[in-house]
Amino acid sequence: MKCSGAFTFNPARRQVLKGIATSGLGAALGGGAIKAAHAISKVTMGFIYVGPRDDYGYNQSHFEGKSAIAKQSWIKTVDQENVPETIAVQKVMESMINLDRAQVIFPTSFGYFDPHILKLAPKYPNVMFLHCGGLYDASKHPKNVGSYFGYIDEAVYISGIIAGHMSKTGKLGYIAAIPIPQVLRNINSFTLAARSLNPKITVQVVFTGGWSNPVKEAESANSLIDQGVDVLTCHVDSPKVVIETAEKRGVYSCGYHVDQSKLAPNGFLTGAEWNWSKVYLDYATMIAKGSQIPNLIRGGFKEGLVKSSPYGKAVSAKAKADADKVRAQFMKGDFVVYKGPIKDNTGKEVIHKGKEYGQTDIWLESMDWLVEGVVGRTKG
Amino acid sequence: MLLSFAPFLIPLTALALSLVLFGGFVALAGANVLEVYHSIYRGAFGTWFSWQNTLTSAAPLMLTALCTALPARLGLIVIGGEGAVVLGGLAAALTGLALIDAGPWVALTGMALAAMLTGGLLIGLVGWLRYRRNVNETISSLLFNYIGIAILSFLVIGPLRDPETLNKPSTHHIGDSHMLGALGESSIHWGFGYGLIACLILWVLYKRTTFGFAVDMVGGNVRAAKLSGLPVGRTIVLVCMMGGAAAGLAGMVEVAAVHGRANTSLNAGYGYEGILIAFAARHHPLAIIPIAILFGGIRAASGLMQRDHDLPDATSLVLQGIIFLLILASEAMFARLASRRGRAA
Repeated sequence: MKCSGAFTFNPARRQVLKGIATSGLGAALGGGAIKAAHAISKVTMGFIYVGPRDDYGYNQSHFEGKSAIAKQSWIKTVDQENVPETIAVQKVMESMINLDRAQVIFPTSFGYFDPHILKLAPKYPNVMFLHCGGLYDASKHPKNVGSYFGYIDEAVYISGIIAGHMSKTGKLGYIAAIPIPQVLRNINSFTLAARSLNPKITVQVVFTGGWSNPVKEAESANSLIDQGVDVLTCHVDSPKVVIETAEKRGVYSCGYHVDQSKLAPNGFLTGAEWNWSKVYLDYATMIAKGSQIPNLIRGGFKEGLVKSSPYGKAVSAKAKADADKVRAQFMKGDFVVYKGPIKDNTGKEVIHKGKEYGQTDIWLESMDWLVEGVVGRTKG
Repeated sequence: MLLSFAPFLIPLTALALSLVLFGGFVALAGANVLEVYHSIYRGAFGTWFSWQNTLTSAAPLMLTALCTALPARLGLIVIGGEGAVVLGGLAAALTGLALIDAGPWVALTGMALAAMLTGGLLIGLVGWLRYRRNVNETISSLLFNYIGIAILSFLVIGPLRDPETLNKPSTHHIGDSHMLGALGESSIHWGFGYGLIACLILWVLYKRTTFGFAVDMVGGNVRAAKLSGLPVGRTIVLVCMMGGAAAGLAGMVEVAAVHGRANTSLNAGYGYEGILIAFAARHHPLAIIPIAILFGGIRAASGLMQRDHDLPDATSLVLQGIIFLLILASEAMFARLASRRGRAA
């Protein structure tokens, strides 16, 4: 975990301590005091999702993370779904602070950060705003803002190995929302993984133009399958439609965000998942102990921020062995995905021989190219 | 006597009835009905904070409702508010960038005018196609929404993108000093003021001017209007342009008061919710104000329904739907009742 800057969670610590202290007292004094002590000993955490919390995708991944910590007796969680990236999210955050007395807010959608979190954080200096997206910059942003994100392309790389093994046609399909660095990095890692097994493999990309576009996602899935693609994966908010279409058409699929194996009992291979329950539990523990909360938390397999979905029944033993080998290297922290020479799909060498970009390298975060072997374009 | 109170009594009765029906729905979902009512009140109108929340949610809805309500007086059903919002917002952002060195008043006026012109041209085109080519205005305005959203996405992901906005493609920022402020000490942005003013002006225009009379006449009977020498085509295009200008202004407010940039967050469904409000307000510019505040309140209260009662977000849509249907149904029923009474008398 990389940390920079820190925020000590004073109000929560004080309240937790006060809660513990008075609950002992309360037991001696009788029922009424216990109830009051119980109320102030809780840390209230608010979670905000941009889509439905049962979307089999991004929003569900956060809801599952929230549910994992909601069981703790000293945490109270509140959450709200379908909150657009407009002034609505500012109002929801303020409502959680003013009406629910939330002390920590987790606005989980990327677009909540600028301008919404940045506008509210200075107004509520005692509330911690922890945003999913890894955008925190100590030189620019308020102290009570934090950011967390996972290097999920490591898990996507594992999916790529499995997909490369299982494909018979050598054509893989990637249905993606919009050509932004995060998305391109996943596509490139998936492609590099598959082509490390067989350089003849190609990955066909379709950009749907939006994060939640079920009709286009289904159309793209069908059209890719018609063109001979036999393993599909995607990077959209809810992979449900893509995975279900793949299953219906009898091709393999790799999931994203959460475990989608239930949607495709025959063709599901594996998937790249977030492990937010660990992140949220870590935060909760830090708050309980009163320790400093780092403003920036990032990590991959090694730090436990991402994981792979359990292998589907179709996955061969050879594929599993290969994937497990690479994952072990990721766990040790010595596997580099972006190692030169790497050409983009227009033939230009983007990473020269001998050059390596490790997972934390900031250069990777402005990626605007597609690696050789990807059929598709980032610009019109 | 009853008739003079009718315009208020009918919607209020419908509202009360919808709350009862909604209570039944909530009970079926397993929540405590009275507590849910209390949460709705607390979230929407219970405190000054809730009021600010409600009025902020209502602001864009008043403007987008006008986009449907104004042409409706001509008998046209225009549903292109969403397209006018996104293109108006885009035009505002571009104008804001072009005027980045000008003073804030110049920049904001320029942004508002550009947004209104763009929204006006879009919906004006819908009216022109209707008049000259007999293209169904509902279909054409719906399709213009998709075109508008596609143009916005294309431009902010492509040529107009600020390279700093890596993972949330947007245009460059218009500058903090050019942002539209809040009303007084509140956190309600000026969009609410614009909405109120627009509703009032258009009400006066429709009620008190010859132009308003001409609109009613064209809406009543196109042939009679033509025979009376009214410029029918011009009236249709002009009214559509005014509606589009209102929705375009909503887009400008989103950019100037909230985002500071144009990006796909402009496509937040304000245009579509405006259609609902226009119909529930029976296309009356003044009635739009309370209805928009009511629907803004439901939006504001939706959070508490989720957080305190574990009800899904769709619950607020159910409430909106029930209110919408009952207001429309009550009007129809009352009309029948009134005509029966008229015959009896």
